[in-house]
Amino acid sequence: MSATTTAPKQDGFSIGRLLLEGRAFFALIAIIAVFSFLSPNYFTVSNFLIMSSQVAIYGILSVGMLLVILNGGIDLSVGSILALCGVCAGAMMQGVTLEWAGVILYPPVWAVVVLTIAIGAAVGALNGVLVAFFKVPPFVATLGVMYVARGVALLMTNGLTYNNLRGQEALGNTGFNWLGFNRLWGIPISVIVLAVVAVLAGLMLSRSAFGRWLYASGGNERAAELSGVPVRLVKITVYTISGALSAVAGLVLASQLTSAGPTAGTTYELTAIAAVVIGGAALTGGRGGVRGTMLGAFVIGFLSAGLVIIGVSSYWQTVFTGAVIVLAVLMNSIQYGRGGRKS
Amino acid sequence: MSGQMTRQTEGNPDAREVVLAARNVAKSYGNVHALKGVNFDIHRGQVTTLFGENGAGKSTLMKILSGVIQPTTGQIILDGRPVSFANANEARDRGISIIHQELSLAPNLSVRDNIFMGRELRGPMGVDFAEEERQVRILMEELEEEIDPLTPVEELRLGQQQIVEIARALSVDSRILIMDEPTSALSASEVEVLFKVIRDLTAKGVSIVYISHHLEEALTITDHAVVLRDGTMTAYAPRADIDLEWIVRNMVGENYDLGSPPDSARGQVALSIRNLSVPDQTGQDLVRNLSLDLRAGEIVCIYGLMGAGRTELLETCAGRLRASGGEIVLEGQEISHLPIGERIARGLALVPEDRQRDGLVQTMSVGQNLSLASIRNFTRGLFTSSRAERTLVDDSIRSVTVKTSGGGAPIGSLSGGNQQKVVIGKMLATNPRVIMLDEPSRGIDIGAKAEVFRLLAEGARRGLAVIYSTSEVSECLSIAHRIIVMHKGRISAEFDSTVSKEKIMAASGESVAA
Repeated sequence: MSATTTAPKQDGFSIGRLLLEGRAFFALIAIIAVFSFLSPNYFTVSNFLIMSSQVAIYGILSVGMLLVILNGGIDLSVGSILALCGVCAGAMMQGVTLEWAGVILYPPVWAVVVLTIAIGAAVGALNGVLVAFFKVPPFVATLGVMYVARGVALLMTNGLTYNNLRGQEALGNTGFNWLGFNRLWGIPISVIVLAVVAVLAGLMLSRSAFGRWLYASGGNERAAELSGVPVRLVKITVYTISGALSAVAGLVLASQLTSAGPTAGTTYELTAIAAVVIGGAALTGGRGGVRGTMLGAFVIGFLSAGLVIIGVSSYWQTVFTGAVIVLAVLMNSIQYGRGGRKS
Repeated sequence: MSGQMTRQTEGNPDAREVVLAARNVAKSYGNVHALKGVNFDIHRGQVTTLFGENGAGKSTLMKILSGVIQPTTGQIILDGRPVSFANANEARDRGISIIHQELSLAPNLSVRDNIFMGRELRGPMGVDFAEEERQVRILMEELEEEIDPLTPVEELRLGQQQIVEIARALSVDSRILIMDEPTSALSASEVEVLFKVIRDLTAKGVSIVYISHHLEEALTITDHAVVLRDGTMTAYAPRADIDLEWIVRNMVGENYDLGSPPDSARGQVALSIRNLSVPDQTGQDLVRNLSLDLRAGEIVCIYGLMGAGRTELLETCAGRLRASGGEIVLEGQEISHLPIGERIARGLALVPEDRQRDGLVQTMSVGQNLSLASIRNFTRGLFTSSRAERTLVDDSIRSVTVKTSGGGAPIGSLSGGNQQKVVIGKMLATNPRVIMLDEPSRGIDIGAKAEVFRLLAEGARRGLAVIYSTSEVSECLSIAHRIIVMHKGRISAEFDSTVSKEKIMAASGESVAA
């Protein structure tokens, strides 16, 4: 049906279609062009690296969010898991007191990282189990976990922040700030972490059986189930991955700030959702990709950084970000609204 | 115009006033002719029944009469004057209402609120609930039904909900009421109540257009019969001139060939269902203590009315529903504890009834849909092999003859018949030993239907065990070696391929109401 209607005006339509389908990319180009014109400081290598290392936090979160949204769900708990994991990492860096043994353990940094990611994954798995087995709507399940995780983080520190995460040479737990400050070949580690996460997620989505299961169960869960897709396993897995990636983002943030506070990452879940939506994913599930989501994260990051650089009030930044999100959803409904659904 | 009208009336022993007439009404979607040149009259205060199999054009005709769609050619004549309705609301304003099979009531609202939904009576203090309630009470009195206007609709039995729909239609002064399969979900006593209401309505001058699969039941209430087959009106006659056999003959036709049972070699028992029971949410058995054996190379057809338990039987075998008792044995191994994926891997595949809801992933391409159930077959280590997948997809497209521009085409670009072939191709790609198809011909045209049946016959020749369900009796007498009739969750009869259509229909309970 759609083939017959679009075929005659293919020529006139192709530019419009190209703009529509590559909208996140063109938006990013436009943002870079406009701010480079407005400020000489914007278009410099050092600025791009700084902006990118800020984007990394949102970017890592939004990859996890993408997986959940592809499944037709939503994960509101990522910001809180980020904070909880940051606080857990901070606590471990301060030393874990084992009263029954009368010792204080100072785990090496690699162990802190592994344990923190495991905690994030466990909280994510809790989301998954609530959604897949207890049929709690994802919005409600992750909303609840969002509050609980934030509350636990506040309880653990009594509302305070761990400030000294550098560790001590004598205790053998130095190097935590490596994640946030060091560079490999001139590129901040956080950006490399984001790249690795994005490439792995991209491979998983496009090439693995799991990726296909995820798209299928997000597109039509009943059909996927009857085709033998283990839909519950897929659900639990995406929430677990989202939790683990929130932990990674928490580690990167704590390392960049060399402090871990229980209020970190507030409203980050909304930024992550925004990045996924701007990247063209459908909130109904089944459509979207890592490339789009990365573009979405960079659009948000570069836009707000640009506004800061040219000296626009941070209140205006909020207004702009909101406008971009609404525009993106509008375009999504134009792209997915015609064809497909009609039959 | 008037000359034509007189001629129609003369040819009819019944000289009652014609309120609505169809003249050469046709509807086509592109090259598909859903309805071709239909002519009939609806008389004041009488029941006109539309007979026809699924896909015969009943629902298209019904939608045209109720203004939901407009005919491509031909005219609808209301009270002697040609009319054209832009939409269903316009038709309702002229006195034509439709009651769909799926009731369109809001279950959480009261009877009163449902009847006045969208046209609430306004008073000086907002909605005038008292006046609404008074009117509903009058309506219910007229219908001789004791339904309180303030009861939430969800607390009513289905038959009562139907009465509420009728009351809603009457509340807008409908003179013509179109009822689509009103009895399909009703109990026998509820049917009686409904028929009494229909008789009361006709006595008051309301005309009813009635659609039903229960032939004998419809015969007890109708005054005129219109029979459709493949979009053509094959017969139109008053009640006095017709009987059940006449309807079936005109519905099904004589020269209708969907193939014959293939001369395949019967092998071992491939699927054995033993004493299977399947409950619904309330604990009532939808499938009762049913046993059935299916051999390799054999094709079995399950015939039954809606609600006979066919879908539940097949979905339980596939693993979607849970049985409350009994065994499902696939090639000697009990499988009722296995998840769906494992059953598919062992060679048991289901092509579900509703392909949009259960068969296809609309967001994926033709190729991705085709390969969905057999991803493991082209996964090498961690990753899928795109070359192996392309081979599988191309082979599938060729073997089930999907008409598509290629595996990358969106699934929505395919016609219904080709989409159905994709669902079948997806399950055949898993190399099943047993394939179950729930109403495989639903909503596809005759050509595609024949191709689907040819595919199944071919599969049986290669040793595949095939079991398919249908609600169209002509499809039983095609490729099936054995015909099993289900009625209320049990096997009510078993026939070989030489049985007559009438016998099958009789065993399904279609004549129980008489």
